[in-house]
Amino acid sequence: MQQPGRAAEIKAIGIGKSFGSFRALDNLSLDIGRGEFLTLLGPSGSGKTTFLMILAGFVQPSEGRLFSDGVDITDRPAEQRAAGMVFQGYALFPHMSVEANIAFPLKVRKKSAADIKRRVGEMIERVGLKGHEKKLPAQLSGGQQQRVALARALVFEPGVLLLDEPFSALDKGLRGQMQAEMKRLHQETGTTFVFVTHDQSEALALSSRVAIFNHGKLLQVGAPDEVYDRPDNRFVAEFLGEINMLPLKGVHPAGDGSTGLCEDRAVSMRCKAEAVRGDAILAIRPEYMSISGEAAAGENGIAATATNSTYLGAATRLDLTTRQGAKITVSVPNEVAAAALSKGNSVWLTWPAEKGFLLPHGGQ
Amino acid sequence: MRSYLSDRMGAALLMAPLLLFLVLAYAWPFFGVVKWSFTLPTPGLGQYEALLTDDLVQSVFIRTLRIAAVVTVVSVAAAYAITVVWVRGTRAQRLIAEFCILVPFWISVLTRAFGWVALLSNRGLINSWLQAIGFISEPLALVRNEFGVIVGMTHFLIPFAVFPLASAMRSLDDRVLLAARGLGSSRMRTFWTVFVPMTRSGIIGAAMIVFVFSLGFFVTPAILGGGRSVMIAELIYLRIFQSPDWGLGAAISVVLVLFVGALMALLFRYVRPKQLI
Repeated sequence: MQQPGRAAEIKAIGIGKSFGSFRALDNLSLDIGRGEFLTLLGPSGSGKTTFLMILAGFVQPSEGRLFSDGVDITDRPAEQRAAGMVFQGYALFPHMSVEANIAFPLKVRKKSAADIKRRVGEMIERVGLKGHEKKLPAQLSGGQQQRVALARALVFEPGVLLLDEPFSALDKGLRGQMQAEMKRLHQETGTTFVFVTHDQSEALALSSRVAIFNHGKLLQVGAPDEVYDRPDNRFVAEFLGEINMLPLKGVHPAGDGSTGLCEDRAVSMRCKAEAVRGDAILAIRPEYMSISGEAAAGENGIAATATNSTYLGAATRLDLTTRQGAKITVSVPNEVAAAALSKGNSVWLTWPAEKGFLLPHGGQ
Repeated sequence: MRSYLSDRMGAALLMAPLLLFLVLAYAWPFFGVVKWSFTLPTPGLGQYEALLTDDLVQSVFIRTLRIAAVVTVVSVAAAYAITVVWVRGTRAQRLIAEFCILVPFWISVLTRAFGWVALLSNRGLINSWLQAIGFISEPLALVRNEFGVIVGMTHFLIPFAVFPLASAMRSLDDRVLLAARGLGSSRMRTFWTVFVPMTRSGIIGAAMIVFVFSLGFFVTPAILGGGRSVMIAELIYLRIFQSPDWGLGAAISVVLVLFVGALMALLFRYVRPKQLI
């Protein structure tokens, strides 16, 4: 985090934090790659913000070490780490103009007046705030304040940019716009971005990797498609989106993957069964399931009855119940849904073997 | 609509006794004072002309403004330091600061003025101690002059400056301070370039309150000034009670009230009354 203009590589080893008897963060180890866009995702109180504050240097970890480009920075105060930071609610200096806000980190670093003027000018152009230089934060819209916060955090070319739920105050349309803008800034600057959110779609859309937190623990880290399609546990599976879960019996390895019995019918999975032999949960995302009249021999399928449908415009959401009472939700083309409902109810749900994954039975 | 009206009626009724009291105890007598200023000893603007030419009145006015200005600067600076501790300190620090702010309210202004005399006079604690350790041979003139007046008034007024400052500091968003430090600013620099400017309304409010209070001080300058550092309120007292010069005393009062009124009007252009509590 100390070399300007160069993306930082961060290593956290065994980081823990207790506030009194509350364990905010437990034994977290995580490598953040140079120039990566890492999202810390989790519900409130999961420890994601605590970890961000530890990265920024505002919170001192109770145990563990933190390295930036190989240098131990655990005990370094925030002002000497100088990670760029964008706060929830922006935290702009209300008594300074847009220009002065953005110039602040450069002035602190005692840059020459000419240098400050040039870099602030460039940054204002880059975030599209031209013409607003002399305004005070209170005279700007939410989106514009957000841009000032981003510009101020990036103008001194920090090795890492930390973002604490920066879009939570924006309405939906503006949110999308700012997300695109942030992605562009990430590509242009090449800086390491660490982004905190509780919005899973935001996390999946923006990041190169997602780290999912719950109850102070880091549960899984991986590329968006990796954590979405192959979650390690039930919490991650459910937090990242809707998921159907079917109880399986007699799960055992078979060939490249594994097989088991789903409501007395053999189904196969591509994933290995090592961790979850015997009883397990088969999890499948709704969009990977389709409806047909009959499952072909060897095809994964289960009989179910359509109970309810919700018209969504582009597709219809269909709720079904299997013979043994498992509740399933699928998203299917409108005419398929209409046919399924009119057809005396009983249909087959099928899915490709590589789209199902196994979770341990019960618990997490 | 009806409930809105009845709310306003209720508020007016609740305020009525206070308003009535203020009218009877202040406005009405003051109206009499205004009348004197134009009628005594002879009708006309003579007293106001005298104000413009009387050297004594003018020197007292200037001294009052000077003392009030010094007291304001010192009080607000000291109150600022105490308030920072009170609002942002640890639990123990807060408790001590709160004690220091509240205790002076329980001790009368007269007691405090005499307390300062005991400390500052030629044979007071400070001078006798400094002489005992051989630091000085002659006692320092700490009282019966402007210095004594300023010390006594500052001591009295600091707690009044604390509340507007505390209100400004409490409403400050902590994340802005974190942001400054995160951007590389040291604690010192963050304090001067972010914290202090963001509490500007509190500083203005505190300064105005202290300044306005200072202009009307009577007991403290009378005791600690020892008749040599006469301030405007004492001058009015002397004109009314000791020399039968009611007209001039009244005219000075009117000018003082108008001046304070103008200051208050200026204050409320920058600060909302709510921010002063």
